[in-house]
Amino acid sequence: MAKKYWNEEIECMAPEDMKKLQSERLVAQVKHVYENVPYYRNLMEEKGVTPDDIKSIDDLHKLPFVSKADLRDAYPFGLLAKPLSDCVRIHSTSGTTGKRVVAFYTQNDVDLWEDCCARAIVAVGGDESDICQVCYGYGLFTGGLGLHGGSHKVGCLTLPMSSGNTDRQIQFMTDLGSTILCCTPSYAAYIGETLHDMGYTPDDIKLKAGIFGAEPWTEEMRRSIEESLGIKAYDIYGLTETTGPGVAFECEEQTGMHINEDNFYPEIINPDTGEVLPDGEVGELVFTSLTKEAFPLLRYRTRDLCVLSRKKCSCGRTLIKMSKPMGRSDDMLIIRGVNVFPSQIETVLIEQGYTPNYLIEVDRINNKDTIDISVEMTNDQFSDTVKELQNKERQLAEAMNTMLGINPKIHLVSPKSITRSEGKAVRVIDKRKLHD
Amino acid sequence: MNNVRQISVFVENKPGRLSAITQILKDNGINIRALSIADTKDFGILRLIVNDPDMACQKLKDASCTVTITEVVAISIDDEMGKLSEVMSLINNAGVNIEYLYAFLSKSSNKASIILRVDDNEKAHQLFTEAGIVQLAEKDICEM
Repeated sequence: MAKKYWNEEIECMAPEDMKKLQSERLVAQVKHVYENVPYYRNLMEEKGVTPDDIKSIDDLHKLPFVSKADLRDAYPFGLLAKPLSDCVRIHSTSGTTGKRVVAFYTQNDVDLWEDCCARAIVAVGGDESDICQVCYGYGLFTGGLGLHGGSHKVGCLTLPMSSGNTDRQIQFMTDLGSTILCCTPSYAAYIGETLHDMGYTPDDIKLKAGIFGAEPWTEEMRRSIEESLGIKAYDIYGLTETTGPGVAFECEEQTGMHINEDNFYPEIINPDTGEVLPDGEVGELVFTSLTKEAFPLLRYRTRDLCVLSRKKCSCGRTLIKMSKPMGRSDDMLIIRGVNVFPSQIETVLIEQGYTPNYLIEVDRINNKDTIDISVEMTNDQFSDTVKELQNKERQLAEAMNTMLGINPKIHLVSPKSITRSEGKAVRVIDKRKLHD
Repeated sequence: MNNVRQISVFVENKPGRLSAITQILKDNGINIRALSIADTKDFGILRLIVNDPDMACQKLKDASCTVTITEVVAISIDDEMGKLSEVMSLINNAGVNIEYLYAFLSKSSNKASIILRVDDNEKAHQLFTEAGIVQLAEKDICEM
């Protein structure tokens, strides 16, 4: 029996009831972090706010923001709000400079997260008769285990494939008749291409829907994936800091993602002033975890730029919708699902004895992201033999891979050939068309 | 020992680089006696024997080129069929490894000059001395 909603009461809740629920949860959450997280208490004291000032969701703007920098400062346990003995799992962000961001989960946190993913699966038409092939990476990355848990909740037969080994993915897809595919959009596109290369057509597989996220993609890419796999392709949004995928998900209307606002309260702010903007305006997305126990973030600045909308959705859900992120308010690049900051590349270059003059060129060729880094040759690094110089290129690429989890192509170029900064240096040329 | 100083210059694989480098040498009155280029997809290495390596090196560095000096071995052999092969087998049998080499012909005599970059210059010198092969010093090449 196909359900239209995983949790109809919440997903279709009247806005005033939702606000009441959010207010109750926020008041409790603020009290929880104030009492249990000295880092937050200090931030609140600096702003002159106490839990008594927070009486409803309308008071949220009084609280300080937190950003990725806070997460690094507080690494690893500084933002933990529960004893470690109450925690059952960690996840970690893909590639960050030096210190990673580690997020903690209690069993209840995991349950709520999986519940959010279950809503996403049901929204694309999933039920217990479905076979859900999860090819997000399993492990520290939240993609694999998040959708895996959601798929279990819904009662789908779950194929815990993880990413890679595309021939095997397709073999399982054709032999077992997978009906729902979960992975990054670029991997979905690659699976589509491989499928055709292997001589299959969409008629040879039973896929009906895909849940694709963790990296930016365009409407054009959506249509091309839908065509090559013969499916409907849906977006999903999330971040490790708040929980993982399932913070927001798309419904059949495919016009933006419903935010699970009973758990994650969204605000849009002006990234320069921090001022809260009304629905409909483009700004930086900020999330407050209303229900997370172990690692609750209040007013976490995602750096993703998007728009919120309360417009009535034809699917019947009343959950607020967010647009696909339209860009970043910082210089973070998302390359093959991995978060990369140019500053990290700079760190590696300096460590390896190169000048911090570099140019990053990112492109998407055949739906796969490519990254090329031009690096200036120095007298110290130079050698008269090709063998040694090629070794140096390889060493540098390996150091980047270790630090960032991506494998760039290194190009050694003439000294002083990369334009010096006059004000803000152009370090990145992103040739991908990620936003419509 | 009579090592010869070779200048190696990093040449990014893009139009005009080689022209710019040779222009610098020309403008400073530096005479190229021998050269070779090794290239990859992205870059090349220009290796030069010049009449004044110190000045060449300085002028190139002043022009923001990446330069390094390597000591190589130079020999002179008769410009006859099979002579290079004899030298190669001599080096091979002695267990000296060649990274690269390049050769040029003398204008006036019936001689070929070979520039050798090997992993053991001392051993190479000793080998050539024992085999009676003429070794060239920097000034020999400059005066050619």
